[in-house]
Amino acid sequence: MSLFLRLVFRNRLAGFGAVVLGLIMLLALLTPLLPLHPPNETNTANRFLRPLSEGHWLGTDHLGRDLLSRLMWGTRLSLAVGFAAALVAGLLGAAIGVIAGYAGGRTDNVTMRGIDMLMAFPYILLALAIVAVLGPGLFNALIAVAVVNIPFFARNIRGVTVGIAHREFIDAARLAGMGNARILLTEVVPNIVPVVVIAMSTTIGWMILETAGLSFLGLGSQPPQADLGSMLGEARAAMITAPHTSIVPGAMILLIVMSVNLLGDGIRDALDPRLRSGALSRPMAATRVERTVVPPAQGDGLLRIDALETQFHVGPRIYHAVNDVSLALDPGECLGLIGESGSGKSVTALSVMGLVASPPGVITGGAVRLRGEDLIGAPYEVLRSLRGRKVAYIFQDPLSTLHPLYRIGDQLIEAIRVHEPVSHAEARRRAIELLEDVRIPNPAERARAFPHELSGGMRQRVGIAMALANDPDIIIADEPTTALDVTVQAQILALLDDLRRSRGLAILFITHDFGVVAQLCARVAVMYGGRIVETGPMAEVLDAPAHPYTRRLIACVPELGAGRRALAAIPGLPPAVDDLPPGCAFAPRCDKARDACREGEIPLSGTARQVRCLFPEVAP
Amino acid sequence: MGGYILKRILSAVPVLLGITVIVFLIMAMIPGDPATAILGSYATPENVERLNRHLGLDQPLWQRYFTWLGNLLQGDFGRSFALNRPVLDEILDRFAATLILAGTAFVLCAFLGIAAGVVSAARQYGPADKAITFVVILGISVPSFFLGMMMILLFAVKLRWLPASGMYSIWGGGDLPDLIRHLTMPAFALAVVATGVIARLSRGAMLEVLRQDFIRTARAKGVPERRVIWGHALRAAMVGIIPVLGIQAGFVLSGAVYIEMVFQWPGVGRMLVDAILKRDILLVQGGVVFIAACYVGFNILVDVAQSLLDPRIRT
Ligand code: SF4
Repeated sequence: MSLFLRLVFRNRLAGFGAVVLGLIMLLALLTPLLPLHPPNETNTANRFLRPLSEGHWLGTDHLGRDLLSRLMWGTRLSLAVGFAAALVAGLLGAAIGVIAGYAGGRTDNVTMRGIDMLMAFPYILLALAIVAVLGPGLFNALIAVAVVNIPFFARNIRGVTVGIAHREFIDAARLAGMGNARILLTEVVPNIVPVVVIAMSTTIGWMILETAGLSFLGLGSQPPQADLGSMLGEARAAMITAPHTSIVPGAMILLIVMSVNLLGDGIRDALDPRLRSGALSRPMAATRVERTVVPPAQGDGLLRIDALETQFHVGPRIYHAVNDVSLALDPGECLGLIGESGSGKSVTALSVMGLVASPPGVITGGAVRLRGEDLIGAPYEVLRSLRGRKVAYIFQDPLSTLHPLYRIGDQLIEAIRVHEPVSHAEARRRAIELLEDVRIPNPAERARAFPHELSGGMRQRVGIAMALANDPDIIIADEPTTALDVTVQAQILALLDDLRRSRGLAILFITHDFGVVAQLCARVAVMYGGRIVETGPMAEVLDAPAHPYTRRLIACVPELGAGRRALAAIPGLPPAVDDLPPGCAFAPRCDKARDACREGEIPLSGTARQVRCLFPEVAP
Repeated sequence: MGGYILKRILSAVPVLLGITVIVFLIMAMIPGDPATAILGSYATPENVERLNRHLGLDQPLWQRYFTWLGNLLQGDFGRSFALNRPVLDEILDRFAATLILAGTAFVLCAFLGIAAGVVSAARQYGPADKAITFVVILGISVPSFFLGMMMILLFAVKLRWLPASGMYSIWGGGDLPDLIRHLTMPAFALAVVATGVIARLSRGAMLEVLRQDFIRTARAKGVPERRVIWGHALRAAMVGIIPVLGIQAGFVLSGAVYIEMVFQWPGVGRMLVDAILKRDILLVQGGVVFIAACYVGFNILVDVAQSLLDPRIRT
């Protein structure tokens, strides 16, 4: 409970709402005790007194009644009616929802059909119909507003109940011989209480508004009794000559509803775990850069990554996803970047074009040089014009990486036209050519397909075609075959190899599987815990791995292409990069680890072949 | 596509029937003698007797329902006692005014709400986002009728920019500019709440979409950020936004009741409130069925729009 309150109050606006609402409610409760004029005492001699008049702080209305007193009594009434309506709607709606969801089958079906029918009415209209039947009056307005809101609760709660009703503990309770009523009360109801509270806290503002609205129309509270809505309704006639009589109750409704809404938002955020984590932040157009020193260029080449450091800043925690990584790629070359998930290989690749999601990603150091030009911290427009034109990406799982609502032809055309001012027809012609290049049959027809209409292999070919659209110098392929089955995987690899040879493409191939890149890449770099642990020519590394981790990775490739089981074969888990142990990150899983391994920073040593290990398998 | 539309229209038939059942049942629950309720307490017993027979109130409930439904289908909504004219004529006379008001407000809230939501999401936590979030909270908390009154005070009484009430000027009005001048305030006042709700939801939908892989793909292709946001992301977010537009259309349509009262707009909403206060039950009944049916029709359009947008639904 105290945690809950802390969470609510962490949101400053919600805290503000709670305080204001608390004050208003306190005053409403104390109203009978306060030294106020009787709210219905008329005094026509003192009509329409302005606020701050003698004896009437807020002035008087058209019958000379004290506005302050009427405001307090009206607030009391409006709050009571609004909360009562919410309570009635919440309880009845929840009861209907729980019963429908728990019973399932016919009961559920019939109930939900009825609920859907009620929801087919425009909201206020149904309330009007109910008031029409019951006749004007505050209590009738309360009933109308509550009834109208029941479907909303019933539907929400039913959904949650259906989810709960199929969990194991319910089955267990049933097997233990518990009756339905007891299961409902002890197992189901406690689980839906937070949902009901969220739903109530987000709708109570509505209900106060709606009852005020009905009263405003003259269908709610009847004179001389007045809630805030009917005060406003009565004041309307004199709105122009005595605006304060309208403003006072109107502003009070606004204040109440706003504080209820603010508090409701706070409660929802506190109770809804998905929102609580604050995970719902969108990545910006380019990764944030906070770099103090620019490392000198270590040489030239097509693409050079020098001492790259990329971190994730989540609240107070810092995850070192990429730590001092340097790589080089020459034209026409294929470099394999290998590691388990979480090793930092994908983050390294995404850092090149500033595509690491940010927040939380931050590039804190290093340089990425494309033909000598540093891209880290380059203006967005520079990055954008290079993206897809000089450096193109192929991602894993093309079902989620292609836009689901655009035809693939249009996605290709767009890829061409954002970099080249060609006509739409010309771009279409080239798009179809590209589809042909990646060996998609019937390209003209397939161009009109949506991604979900293609097979996984076909989709990945589209992904490759899109990467090729502007004839880039470099393709960064991030696990492009992981989502595919083995035969399709082999086809895609062959295709990439062909394209590399025929177009002189440089490829940075990221994978967790040595088997995938053994044939394709001439050089390899192995990453672990955000660092490079071994690099060298592919053949040599495969023949005689120097780092114990590399050896293990290779040992668990059973045969070419079937590497998906590989990870399980290394005992232990990859390290959490927010809390790296001093010394070798692999030490906890290494069978050769000794005390020395855990003491200090271990350098990457060697020249053509480098390894970061004190006791390598072979001398580098 | 045609098949989908047909299927969607057919699926609306049971909903429409359900609506008539609900309205009929609600109306049948009127406590006491409906004829007395209609005629008022001064009615003579003969009149009550005649009306009862005329309304078929001596028959069983289900039979009365089918008679009533049959009449509805033939366009016979009964006669308004207070106005002494056919209910349908009265509704049709006034519906155009409501449609103009609610339609304009709906277009306003859809455009403003979505735009605000997108901007807010694209600049999450920035000053624009904070400002929009604040205005949105204010917008969804303000009673539309109070807002309307304040607008009248400011723009009609103080500044004298716009007329305070009515749909056309009494003298010399009646053309389009006159209508627009009269429409501006009520349409805005009606749109405000829905704008807030739509903005809030659009922001959430956009934030959800912007984290998806295909947005990263668009950026990796070099698509300019403006187009990533307003094209790729918004298009995908619309899948979540459109159903909310459908729901909000219902709020706008029925919220017109308040606005029509405040601005003396000659629409169905004001007619309904008058009818309720005068206990003109047949007029209420007819008006509610009519508006609900229009809303069901509108929701068919919403679903068709959704299926045009999302090819995965169309099957
Ligand atoms: S440094 Fe030590 S712990 Fe690390 S891999 Fe080498 S032998 Fe194993």
